[in-house]
Amino acid sequence: MTKTISEPFWVRALLIGVALVFLGLFLFVPMAAVLAGALKKGVAVYLQSLADPETLASIRLTLLVAAIVVPLNTLFGVAASWAITKFDFHGKNVLLTLIDLPFTVSPVIAGMIFVLLFGAQSVLGAWLIDHGIKIIFAVPGIVLATTFVTFPFVARELIPLMQSQGIEEEEAAMTLGANAWHTFFRVTLPNIKWGLLYGIILCNARAMGEFGAVSVVSGHIRGLTNTMPLQVEILYNEYNFAAAFAVSSLLMMLALVTLAVKQFIEWKSKSVSIRAVFEGSESA
Amino acid sequence: MGFTLTYLGLIVLIPLSTLFLKSATLNWTEFFDAVFSARTLAAYRLSFGGSLVGALINVVFGFLVAWVLVRYEFPGRRFIDALVDIPFALPTAVAGIALTAVYSQNGWIGHFLAGYGIKAAFSPLGVVIALTFVGLPFVVRTVQPVLEELEKDVEEAAASLGANRWQTFSKVIFPTLIPAVLTGFALAFSRALGEYGSVVFISGNMPYKTEIVPLLIMTKLEQYEYAQATAIAVVMLTVSFGLLLLINFLQAWSRKQQAMK
Repeated sequence: MTKTISEPFWVRALLIGVALVFLGLFLFVPMAAVLAGALKKGVAVYLQSLADPETLASIRLTLLVAAIVVPLNTLFGVAASWAITKFDFHGKNVLLTLIDLPFTVSPVIAGMIFVLLFGAQSVLGAWLIDHGIKIIFAVPGIVLATTFVTFPFVARELIPLMQSQGIEEEEAAMTLGANAWHTFFRVTLPNIKWGLLYGIILCNARAMGEFGAVSVVSGHIRGLTNTMPLQVEILYNEYNFAAAFAVSSLLMMLALVTLAVKQFIEWKSKSVSIRAVFEGSESA
Repeated sequence: MGFTLTYLGLIVLIPLSTLFLKSATLNWTEFFDAVFSARTLAAYRLSFGGSLVGALINVVFGFLVAWVLVRYEFPGRRFIDALVDIPFALPTAVAGIALTAVYSQNGWIGHFLAGYGIKAAFSPLGVVIALTFVGLPFVVRTVQPVLEELEKDVEEAAASLGANRWQTFSKVIFPTLIPAVLTGFALAFSRALGEYGSVVFISGNMPYKTEIVPLLIMTKLEQYEYAQATAIAVVMLTVSFGLLLLINFLQAWSRKQQAMK
């Protein structure tokens, strides 16, 4: 019986082989190339290129931008998914689509809209510059563009999760006299913490790695408005490959840590739901 | 609720609407000159063509990867499953220089291809490689959950009624996966269409030859030709909105098909 619903050994081996070759060509070999490129001239050069003042400035800026953007979008993500899943109102689907918008907008266009809005050629931009506020080709522009691009991540993770959990527990808490804050921190938050954490790390990975949108608004001022991905580009275009790959290796590490946390959360939330089922059957 | 709408308005809606306001200040000849110039048309061809080929490659191989990950046991399966998401997590600039290093003429794979007279990096093929990379996880991740949910007894029934394995696959398994495959295809295509970071390194960026639309917009912006950049961006944005609606529709269809079973 089992034979008829599976494939002969040679077919399985062939399919696995083809899949692995495909992933190898597009994923594994390029990742190995980053490491090889970074360490080509030895560990000393690797560390030296990371200690370069401009590179250090780019790392600081990337961390600063993430430190502003991620909390903002986390707050929004929680508020939006709360509003969407716990209340009923007209135009919910429109709101859902609007939240998804930044995913479909090309990063270049995402950066460009802020240039149109705040650039020196616009009315608003000219006024701001007269008052000594510079947004485009400065850090605020980078923060805005990054916020736009990473806007949906937290909400996207939370909405399906909170939809599946329903509102019974919150209603019970409210009936028992808890106020909205209490209900949120004691009931909702513990239920969504793993999904929330996953949304946050995805948002963070994208915030630190965004290239296109930031590239439009940054102006590439060395040591001032270069984030890590922009620093990679500059080093690469100067044929300073070892340094470009060294900075890249840090960003790749970030990506791998992100995926490791994702795995951990999947494992954790699976074990939580299994425990819930187990405890549920025990009490029944 | 109020906070949600305010924040959405400030960060997304107002900035996006400036694009359309700005484009309204163009007159028609300006608009058409920007949108239908020979250079822009060449960029559309490359962007749409490259994204289409990339998404089709991902349909075939993404489906295969999903199948292999769900149906077969082999060493390192979970590890590989986790790494499929790398294109989501890896900054595009890093992907760009890594792919260029591998596929350029003296790269690990590129020098091998060069032996057959195939130029990968700095050619349209390089664009396709980068666009395949960025769309890689989409088909895998849309097909995988549906495949996992698929009941084995349907296949057993088909087999006991005398269907051979290929018939079972093509007549029973594959039809239920079509909505998921199409969703993955549309997501990969839409992502590839807007992609900038990974392509600029590998493509060589030659006008008329290896210049994608986002790069063309970038170039116009750097030359302070905001009107032209706006016009082209409006075209791309309209296409993106259309794709977003299509994807929403496909996902609803996919869910409905799931629920029917």
